[in-house]
Amino acid sequence: MASEADGQLEIHPMDQFIVKPLWGDGPLMWYTPSNATLWMLLAVLVASGLLLLMTARRSEIPGRSQMIAELGFGFVRGMVESVSGRDGLMLFPVILTIFTFILFANVLGLLPMSFTPTSHIAVTATMALAVFLFVTMLGFYRHRLGFLKLFWISSAPLPLRPVLAVIEIMSYFVRPVSHSIRLAGNMMAGHAMIKVFAAFAGVLGLGAFVPILAIAAVYGLELLVAFIQAYVFTILTCVYLKDALHPHH
Amino acid sequence: MEGDITTMGALIGAGLACTGMGGAAIGVGHVAGNYLSGALRNPSAAASQTAMLFIGIAFAEAFGIFSFLVALLLMFAI
Repeated sequence: MASEADGQLEIHPMDQFIVKPLWGDGPLMWYTPSNATLWMLLAVLVASGLLLLMTARRSEIPGRSQMIAELGFGFVRGMVESVSGRDGLMLFPVILTIFTFILFANVLGLLPMSFTPTSHIAVTATMALAVFLFVTMLGFYRHRLGFLKLFWISSAPLPLRPVLAVIEIMSYFVRPVSHSIRLAGNMMAGHAMIKVFAAFAGVLGLGAFVPILAIAAVYGLELLVAFIQAYVFTILTCVYLKDALHPHH
Repeated sequence: MEGDITTMGALIGAGLACTGMGGAAIGVGHVAGNYLSGALRNPSAAASQTAMLFIGIAFAEAFGIFSFLVALLLMFAI
């Protein structure tokens, strides 16, 4: 955080993204419980706990909490159905899981002193690669070599098609990169921005109300971004799923 | 503040790479503005196209993310 060392403003906005072991300062192995694992676990527990609690006492006429749970369920279901079609609904449980996990990880990461697992490319790249590999395998399983028609655009003039095929193949392999960095970059940039404003507030002392107002505004924006990025990640998953199910242009 | 000329070049390059985000901003603004003008002409069709809006924004944004990626690579990988 901010401190005035030798009259120089020191800001460390990226310190919040350091992965630390929960106990002690030992080396960070893959099995070490760290703050990343803690907040991922919290996201899973809070998401599943809230959804289970909301739908514990189901009734024909939904109460307030059941209404919210059904709203979220219907929102994701409508998204899957409208983007990837009716046969995409077989993957609806996976996509709902991805959406709720990212949403809760993003929103919980906005708590002060917390950690945002989705701000790490390692976490988002794992999810994006899983989606990418699964969708590619599904496409080849469903259509065998017909899946390659995805890269052969039959509506384009014939001489253009090989050129377009090269571009399409490149853009296909760039997908997991942009898919993962979009989420991580948005989360990281927003949190770093809040920290930079917080450092200004720490230096200004009593005149700090301007940066504090800015922090409040940015925080509101970040709440919106947390939701929109979960939505975008999910809808892109649906788009890739649609390409695997219907590779014809 | 110390270092060799390679670090200096990498950091200047990282800063220059961030100008690519301006292009992504133009793209996102274009998508959203055109969606809004279309939605005001035919409000009844607007709700069915919000998914397309977000997909378009996501694709326009991807290129800004690549410039961010280049900046990160210059700062930490080279």
